[in-house]
Amino acid sequence: MQDIGLIGSVSIITAGLTIAIGSIGPAFGEARALAQALSAIAQQPDEANTITRTLFVGMAMIESTAIYCFVVAMILIFANPFWDYVVSKAGG
Amino acid sequence: MTFNPDDIIVWQWGMLKINATLLFTWLIMAMILVIAWLATRRLTNDVHPGRWQTFMEMVISIIRDQIREISQEDPEPYQAFIGSIFLFIAVANLLTIVPGYRPPTGSLSTTVALAICVFLAVPLYGIQRQGLLNYLKQYARPSLFMLPFNIIGEISRTIALAVRLFGNMMSGTVVVAVLISITPFLFPIVLQLLGLLTGMIQAYIFAILAMVYITSALVAQKKINASTNTNHPAASGPTQAGGQ
Repeated sequence: MQDIGLIGSVSIITAGLTIAIGSIGPAFGEARALAQALSAIAQQPDEANTITRTLFVGMAMIESTAIYCFVVAMILIFANPFWDYVVSKAGG
Repeated sequence: MTFNPDDIIVWQWGMLKINATLLFTWLIMAMILVIAWLATRRLTNDVHPGRWQTFMEMVISIIRDQIREISQEDPEPYQAFIGSIFLFIAVANLLTIVPGYRPPTGSLSTTVALAICVFLAVPLYGIQRQGLLNYLKQYARPSLFMLPFNIIGEISRTIALAVRLFGNMMSGTVVVAVLISITPFLFPIVLQLLGLLTGMIQAYIFAILAMVYITSALVAQKKINASTNTNHPAASGPTQAGGQ
């Protein structure tokens, strides 16, 4: 019974930490990319199409690290294999 | 509350199960096919084409322009593949405004299938352009030492492609579901609107990245041609002299 409480609390705390720390880096990165792209568009408005397209693709790349953290957090909360194991053992 | 549309069984007959992912995937494919058939049934060269024909021509010309800008080539060989991927993901993500609909792109199996299509299309286009040996040589460039890293990169970008689309669509569903239980009325609608924008951008990015990956398999050949041209200046020399 003690295992269930331990695994549950550790999973939830880790999920929170994962998404909290994992979103800081991509947020800084995206803000920097956006600021650079805006100043580039201000300097060369003719190239706005190319810059915007590259910005979108680059931002998707940066954002994917945050998405990985989100997926890991979701796995920890909703599909935790250790939790399932302990619950099945306690139930059986 | 189930977040995975794979777990929602719509119809079952013995071992044969039809889940929500399969159902909505086939519905979307049927919808795109029927709309495309209806729109292209009466094509005209008239000055005033029908509204559906105008719409379809607009969509196709946007797709062609984007492909041309990325690859700097004729979009003809790629537009069927890239265009179908874009249209499928875009329609699948935009239909989230329909109540009771679960986007099939919110299931990892759909996005992995789409990413595997891209994973297979890249060497196919590359081999078609360069021949098998030249394409395989590309993996050992700039030196043989880079071979494992190139292979790992090929696999990891496919996984990234699948998980990115899955994570974005799944997060939309999860966030709306959590918000409905906290602040029921206005706020989930705002986030659902944001979800429509995200879905459209993700469809665009998936198609653009697929095209970028395919182009990367083609561009290496262009660089080799350019370098061989500079190695033999005699071929281009006289024309330059004549021009001056």
